[in-house]
Amino acid sequence: MTRGLTRHFTSRKQTVEAVQGLDLEIGQGELVAFLGPNGAGKSTTLRMLTTLIPPTSGSASVAGHDVVTGQRDVRHAIGFVGQGNGAGHRQLGRDELVSQGRAHGLSRADAHRRAAQLVEDLDLAAVADRKVSSLSGGQRRRLDIAMGLVHLPRVLFLDEPSTGLDPQNRANLQQLIQRLHAESGSTVVLTTHYLEEADALAGRVIVVDHGRVIADDTAARLKSGLGDLVRLGFGSAADAARAAARLERVPDSRVDVDETSVDLRVKDGSTLVGEVLADLAADGVPPTRVEVARPTLDDVFLDLTGRSLREAQSTESPTDESTRTESEVAA
Amino acid sequence: MSTFVSDTLNVMNRELKPVWREPMAVVFAMIQPLVFLGLFAPLLPEMATGGGSALQWFVPGIVAMTALMGASFTGANLMEEMQSGSHERQLVSPLGRPALLVGRALKEVVPMLMQVAIIVAVVTPFSFDLHLGGVLAAAALLSVFSVGVGALSFALALASKGEDWMFWTIQQTLLFPALLTAGVLLPIDGAPRWLEVVSMLNPMTYVVDAARALFAGTWPADVILQGAAGAAIVAAVGLLVGVRAMRRSS
Ligand SMILES: Nc1ncnc2c1ncn2[C@@H]1O[C@H](COP(=O)(O)OP(=O)(O)OP(=O)(O)O)[C@@H](O)[C@H]1O
Ligand SMILES: [Mg+2]
Repeated sequence: MTRGLTRHFTSRKQTVEAVQGLDLEIGQGELVAFLGPNGAGKSTTLRMLTTLIPPTSGSASVAGHDVVTGQRDVRHAIGFVGQGNGAGHRQLGRDELVSQGRAHGLSRADAHRRAAQLVEDLDLAAVADRKVSSLSGGQRRRLDIAMGLVHLPRVLFLDEPSTGLDPQNRANLQQLIQRLHAESGSTVVLTTHYLEEADALAGRVIVVDHGRVIADDTAARLKSGLGDLVRLGFGSAADAARAAARLERVPDSRVDVDETSVDLRVKDGSTLVGEVLADLAADGVPPTRVEVARPTLDDVFLDLTGRSLREAQSTESPTDESTRTESEVAA
Repeated sequence: MSTFVSDTLNVMNRELKPVWREPMAVVFAMIQPLVFLGLFAPLLPEMATGGGSALQWFVPGIVAMTALMGASFTGANLMEEMQSGSHERQLVSPLGRPALLVGRALKEVVPMLMQVAIIVAVVTPFSFDLHLGGVLAAAALLSVFSVGVGALSFALALASKGEDWMFWTIQQTLLFPALLTAGVLLPIDGAPRWLEVVSMLNPMTYVVDAARALFAGTWPADVILQGAAGAAIVAAVGLLVGVRAMRRSS
């Protein structure tokens, strides 16, 4: 389906190797998430796949058509929700939906019907007949997503679709994408910064950094081996040390002590935590504070590259040095 | 071909939506030309304008000026859409690239005609003789001219790649010399030779001359033909350059 062979992208006077030799094969009907930090090359990849920019080298095909020689056919087959606002600010939301439908060859009646359907699906009824510039950020985002779905595209590209959405709308969006996927068998490719979102939505997660794929797997497998983070606070450093010693006995775990707080990293930490607390209380060092955190993009990243995201950003400068370091680490 | 037509209509329709919804914006866009009309018309001595009333000479120029200003500003709307992402969204759609430009440029005719109607309505009670046939013919010429200028403005927006300062600097730098050398505000007769040459090379000069003749109710074939040629050249060059720019933008 989306058969990316090798894509290279250079730009402006100084060369930014935004996407470096990406080889990917995404099958019809897959639901795939690109996960990566800022500047990883996610948007650039999507922009090449949606015919907005040509690859510097290499080639890609979407829905069976080459993104350079078959632009028109690609455009007919895809929907794209970019990082910006697809709806014109001087337009009315519903007008934009209809005009987008018409652009994809829907009849006037069909375009209106689809627009009405999507207004309902994305909970836009109250704002669809208002000027787009008067919509809140999240309302505008939902309108953008609606525009990408108007023509039930065979392949849907979503660049950070959930940015600016509140938790309820985030959940709603996930349902909507899954429903579209289930009903029409569309291929969905989205980008995100959040591991949970990739996990909730996509069967396959492609982790990218510096324009390269550093992992391509299911979210579950990326997370396995990482485990949850259980952070425990104690009244004194002595208690913390004592608790840490006791926690060392938890199988397959890692324990770090920092003054009065102890970090326990263990698989299924959220289910183990009750037992852990009871055990520590029995030992006479009940924690005064407990936090359990699921693994994040940062954790996956650290695990894959040995660097945390913050370090990754400071070495992001597109010099040979940093790319070399990156490939060595990834190798 | 038929997809070109339907795509163009789609784009034009979309561009016209805000015009129909907020016609007052079209009126506000005319404040500057109307101020010029109020300030300059009383300054013109009768003889400089070939004997007729100053208003009779000045109004066609102001109409042409309104057309030029409106159409040359229009790239700013595209610029805004380039910055917000809605231009990108249209580029990913199957809409033909030429249609994306032509539809936009054709839309310029509508606000232009609304403005002509307003100006004529405002000045008719004063010392201005309305020759409806001539006004309509002039409006047709100016429509063609507007499409060309609009297309050039869009091309400039695309070439500026969303850099506001570049668009406005170039637009403003070109706008006033174009207006002055076309003899819109003051007659060019008796100007230094070089200015006359520039004026002769400015296609708008011929459009304005033809509009003056037509507004006065006269139909001199050569002047009208030259005006039509001037407008057609602007339209042809504008559309050519514009479509090229649109093709390149993706
Ligand atoms: N038009 C451009 N000109 C120059 N550099 C560019 C251009 N587009 C992207 N880049 C650079 O390419 C790299 C990848 O950018 P890209 O937008 O693909 O990142 P991203 O993964 O989408 O990041 P984010 O999560 O912030 O959206 C960045 O270093 C960016 O600065
Ligand atoms: Mg991005």
